[in-house]
Amino acid sequence: MSQPKRDGIGNILLVAVAVCLVCSILVSGAAVALKPVQKANQVLDQKKNVLIAAGLLAEGATEDAAGRGVEALFADFETRVVDLRTGRYADDVDAQGFDQLRTAADPSRSTALATAEDPATIKRLEHYGLVYLKRDESGAIETAVLPIRGYGLWGTLYGYLALDNDLETVAGIGFYQHKETPGLGGEVENPRWKAQWAGVSLFGDDGAPAVALVKGKAPEGSDARSHQVDALSGATMTSRGVQNLVNFWVGERGYGTWLENLRGGRV
Amino acid sequence: MARSKEVLFNPILDNNPIALQVLGICSALAVTVSMANTLVMCAAVTAVTAFSSLFISMLRNYMPSSIRIIVQMTIIASLVIVVDQLLQAYAFAISKTLSVFVGLIITNCIVLGRAEGFAMQNPPGLSFLDGIGNGLGYSALLVTVALIREPLGAGTLMGYEILPTVNNGGWYVPNGLMLLAPSAFFIIGLLIWALRSWKREQVESADYEIADNIQYREAL
Repeated sequence: MSQPKRDGIGNILLVAVAVCLVCSILVSGAAVALKPVQKANQVLDQKKNVLIAAGLLAEGATEDAAGRGVEALFADFETRVVDLRTGRYADDVDAQGFDQLRTAADPSRSTALATAEDPATIKRLEHYGLVYLKRDESGAIETAVLPIRGYGLWGTLYGYLALDNDLETVAGIGFYQHKETPGLGGEVENPRWKAQWAGVSLFGDDGAPAVALVKGKAPEGSDARSHQVDALSGATMTSRGVQNLVNFWVGERGYGTWLENLRGGRV
Repeated sequence: MARSKEVLFNPILDNNPIALQVLGICSALAVTVSMANTLVMCAAVTAVTAFSSLFISMLRNYMPSSIRIIVQMTIIASLVIVVDQLLQAYAFAISKTLSVFVGLIITNCIVLGRAEGFAMQNPPGLSFLDGIGNGLGYSALLVTVALIREPLGAGTLMGYEILPTVNNGGWYVPNGLMLLAPSAFFIIGLLIWALRSWKREQVESADYEIADNIQYREAL
């Protein structure tokens, strides 16, 4: 009885339009209504990653030992934009809402890197980079956190590198997004491995970045040892990637010029 | 009443969507490395299957048969997007690792299979229960797989250490295979074997019979 009517062209169009309309309202309603919460999550997550790299917050925790939450801890940090080409602060760029990764994809705000000058395989280098600075009472920098990224084995590792007040020594490192093999390259997340980074000296005698991930460190007390971190076992490519990306971002194309200016008191 | 009970609980052991119908294997391989991810994925699949069955069943008498699959897909896809948005808003850490798999619920054969195979012929309430039942069947198998994979692969369960691994100064050398997708194939295969040894009626009859070996002269 109802069969011909149900399969008639009028009913087909009616059902198609009605279903599409209802579904699109549902989907867009959910997307719009939840947007503020999602945005807040992303911002909070990024702050959390900075704090984890700086060693102020444990992985997966929401507050430190003193019970201070992410927002309270992050309030000590000042977010600045650095012009990576000149190594000076770019105060004309608003640090709030500055999306470094997005500008890296924008041809007008980034430079393509040739293979030889791109050991971290990031393809395009942005003109401006973010830094997170924590100052002590006298106003001197206590900790500086830099965003770093580079290719490992399966994909790009994204993380933060925290520097001590001399701007030459690592305070901590953390990767918040990567695609490395769990159990092998994925051990970049292992707290025991990350703990080795604290105190590693970034620059060699010639001032060039000299971090090395090695199998079997040089003897205790030697100069070479101060730049060395144990490579990850079973993850040669990931270890090489991490070594390259750390050296790249503290090198002259990355934040090196700014760090040098800062140490020389020029900014 | 008996019927709704049957619809709800049958898919857990007697008509398990993964073990008997062998549907939804892809996500079963992908998410079972960690128990936390597995539980969220199971909740997402159960919710999507239940509500898509409900809505599709409500529309079944109006749905023109020529466009029924695309209408079902539209409803399923909308629900999946809503679930994904909810996860991004309220379970952000988990959504970062699960987002791609949640999106793939759209193509999970269980959802479309229940819509086409059950919800199109049955009333909404029963279809909703059928969706929940199949979601539970899917969950039961996935949780079992995760219960084996996470401790053996990483020495943890729900992120808590239960077998102290060598990397953390313990004694357990993690089995790297358990962290990779193929291990789920082995585990699901063994589970299907165990289930069918217990419930023999699930053993499928052979599609064809292999003829006896012949003398080579017969071939000529």
